[in-house]
Amino acid sequence: MSDYQLKMAFIMPTMILLILMNIFPLLWSLYLSFHRYKASMPTAPKFIGARNYARLLTDPEIWGYFRTTAYFVILAVTAQFLIGFGLALLLNRQFRAKGFVTTLLLLPMMLSPVVVGLFWRFILASDNAGLLNYFLSPILKSPIGWTTDPKIAMFAVVIVDTWMWSPFMMLIALAGLSAVPKSLYEAADVDRASTWFKFRWITLPLVSPLLLIALLFRTMDAFKMFDIVYVLTREGGPGTVTETVSMNLYKLAFRNFNTGKACAMAYILLIIIVALSNIYVKYLNRVKGEA
Amino acid sequence: MKRLCISAVLILMAVMIWTPFQADAQESLTIVWAEWDPANYLQELSKDFTAETGIAVDVVQIPWPNFQDKVFTEFVGKSDLYDIVIGDSQWLGRNSVGGHYIDLTDWINENIDVDSIYGPAMTAFAEYPKGSKKYWALPAEVDAAGYVYRKDLFEDPTEMKNFQAKYGYPLAPPKTYTQLRDIAEFFTRPEQQLYGIATWYSKEYDGITMGFQQVMWSFGGSYGDPNSFKVKGHVNNKDAVKALEFYTDLLKFAPPDAPNYYWQETLNAYISGKVAMGMNYFAFFPGVVNAETNPLSYDKSGFFIAPKGPKGHYISIGGQGMSVSAYSEKQDIAKQYMKWFMQKPVQEKWAKLGGFTPHKEVLQSDTFKKATPFNEAFAASFPYLRDFWAVPEYAELLEVCQTNWNEAITKIKSAKDALNSIARKHEEIFEDAGYYDD
Repeated sequence: MSDYQLKMAFIMPTMILLILMNIFPLLWSLYLSFHRYKASMPTAPKFIGARNYARLLTDPEIWGYFRTTAYFVILAVTAQFLIGFGLALLLNRQFRAKGFVTTLLLLPMMLSPVVVGLFWRFILASDNAGLLNYFLSPILKSPIGWTTDPKIAMFAVVIVDTWMWSPFMMLIALAGLSAVPKSLYEAADVDRASTWFKFRWITLPLVSPLLLIALLFRTMDAFKMFDIVYVLTREGGPGTVTETVSMNLYKLAFRNFNTGKACAMAYILLIIIVALSNIYVKYLNRVKGEA
Repeated sequence: MKRLCISAVLILMAVMIWTPFQADAQESLTIVWAEWDPANYLQELSKDFTAETGIAVDVVQIPWPNFQDKVFTEFVGKSDLYDIVIGDSQWLGRNSVGGHYIDLTDWINENIDVDSIYGPAMTAFAEYPKGSKKYWALPAEVDAAGYVYRKDLFEDPTEMKNFQAKYGYPLAPPKTYTQLRDIAEFFTRPEQQLYGIATWYSKEYDGITMGFQQVMWSFGGSYGDPNSFKVKGHVNNKDAVKALEFYTDLLKFAPPDAPNYYWQETLNAYISGKVAMGMNYFAFFPGVVNAETNPLSYDKSGFFIAPKGPKGHYISIGGQGMSVSAYSEKQDIAKQYMKWFMQKPVQEKWAKLGGFTPHKEVLQSDTFKKATPFNEAFAASFPYLRDFWAVPEYAELLEVCQTNWNEAITKIKSAKDALNSIARKHEEIFEDAGYYDD
C-alpha cells in the first residue's frame, strides 16, 4: 500500500461519516427549503422557488422573533461578560480554598439546561409559593410575575441564562488572566502605575483575545436559545415575549411539520450566526495584531 | 488485572445487548398515551388481557406538554416503537391523511358493535372526515371539561349569607358564566391566600384553547364554517370578543401565576386550597377525591358541569381514541386488543377502575353515575360537547390560537386584535392547504 493509499484509508472513514452526518443533511435541508414539503404528510416535495424565504422575510411576526432573540442575546451576553470577568478578577489571586470556590462557581454550567429551567421555574413561580417571591414578600405589596408579566419575563430568562453561563466567561477570563506575565505588573509597579492603568494597559489587552473567543461562543450559543425558554416560560410566553427564533423554529419544524419553511428559517438563522461570527473573528484578528 | 477489567466490560456489554432480545421473547404490545391516571388504569386493566392471551401489554406514558411532539416525531420517522396510539381527537385528520393511522373502517364494521358505542364519541374520536363513516380509531377515554368546588366554602352559613347580601341570589354551583364570575370574585381574598377560580390560561400544548373555547362557543363565537372553512366573522365576531374579554377579566380572580396554568397547575391550586373552584378534565378528578393526594378537601369537594353562556351551552370535549400505528409490525395483535377492550364486561371493569367508558349502556348505568362523586356531572356534560378543528392542519391552527389568546390574557394585545389575528392566520393556513380551491 502506497503512502497516499494509507493516508486515504485513514481519512476516508471520517470523511464518509462527515459527509453522511453533516454535509448531506445540510444540502438536503437546503434543497427542501425551496420546496413545499411537510414531513408528516406522504406527498412529495413540490418546488416553489424562494417563496418560503420570501414569506419568512416579509412576515412581521418572524422579525419579532428575531428582535426578541437579539434583545436576549445583548442582555444575556453583556451580563455574563461583566459578571464572568468580574468573578475572574476576584479569583485571580491566592486565597484559602480557592480551588473549592472556583469549582462551586463552575457548577451551574455543568447542569443540563432543562434541569436548570425546571428548578428556576419553581424559584421564579409568580405567586408567593415561588422561592424568590417568598423571600421578597416582606418588602413587596404583591408577588412579581417573573414568568407571567410581559414586562418582566425576558429578564427572568436572562437571569437564568446568566446564572448558568457566567461561569463559562469566568473560566475563560481566568485562563487569560493567569497567563499574563507577572513581570509586566512588577515593571508597572516600579513606574508607580495606578491600578486602573495596569488594568487598562496590561490586563485588558492581554486578556481580550480570549475574552473575545468567549464572547463569540456565548453569542452563538445565546442566539440558539431554546431549552430554558421551552421550560421556564412555557414555550416563549407570555404571548411571544420570550419566544426566540429557535423556539419558533422548533414549532415550525416539529409541531406543525412545515418542513420546507422550517429549513428556510434555519438557513436564515445560519446566515445570521455566520455573519455575526465573522464580525467577531475579524475583530479578534485585529486585537491579536495589536497585542 | 487489566485483562480482568476488559473481560468484565465485555460481559457487561454483552448482557446489555442481549437483554432487549430476551424481553422480546414473549409476545408483547406497546400502547402509547399521555401521562395521567387513565393510563395507569389501562395498564391495570391490560393485565386481564395478558392473563387471557399471554400477550404482555406495556402502556408507555409521555408527559402532556410533550405528548404530541413525541408521538408525531416517531410517526415521521416511521418508527414501530408504538403499536397502539391513544391520541387526541384533533389528531385524526393529520394522522389519517398522513397515513400514520391504519384505516379501520372495514375491520370495525365486521368486528365491533358500533351501536353499543356512544354516537357522538364515535364521531369525535373515530371518524374522519366527519360524517363519512370512515373510521381510524375506537373511542378509548371519553372526557369533558368540568369544575370542582369547595363544598365547605359554598355551604358555610356565613359565606352564604354574605354572598346573598352582595349579589342578591343564593350561593350555589354556578349555572351561567355570570354567576361563575360573581362567585370567583366573592372568594378572591389575596390576604388569605384564597382566590376564586383556577382555569387554563397556559400557552403549553392546547391549554388556553381548551379552557377558552367553551366560553367562546357559549358566548356565540365559533372557529368558523365547517363546510366553507371561512373563519372571518366567526372567530372574531362581537360575541367572541366579549367572550375573550370575559375570560381575561376572570384572571383577576385567579392566583397570580394563573397565566401559566394548565391541568397540573390547576389541580395543584385546588388541592393546596388556593382556590374555591377549579376547571379541569373530569379524568383528572380522581386525585381530588383521594385522601392521599388531597388531604385538605377530598371529602369536601363537589363537582358541576361547565356553565352556559348568553348564547348557548357548550363544553370542551376531552378524551382520546385508540388507533393502530401504520408502522406497527403487530397490527393483528393491536386489533385483537382493541376488540377485547370494547367488550361490555371489559368496559364495565374499565369504568370501575376509573376510565371514562364510551360504551353507551355502561355510561348510562346508575352504577357508573354513582361510582364516583363526579361521574354524574361528567355524564350530564355529554350533550354539550364540542371539539376543535380535527383537520390535518390542526396543529398550526392550534398554535395560532394558543399564542394569540395568551397574548390577550396577558394584555399584550387587545381581545379584538388577538381574534382578528387568529381569523387572518387561520384563513392563510386554510388557503395554503387548498381549502378554498374550487
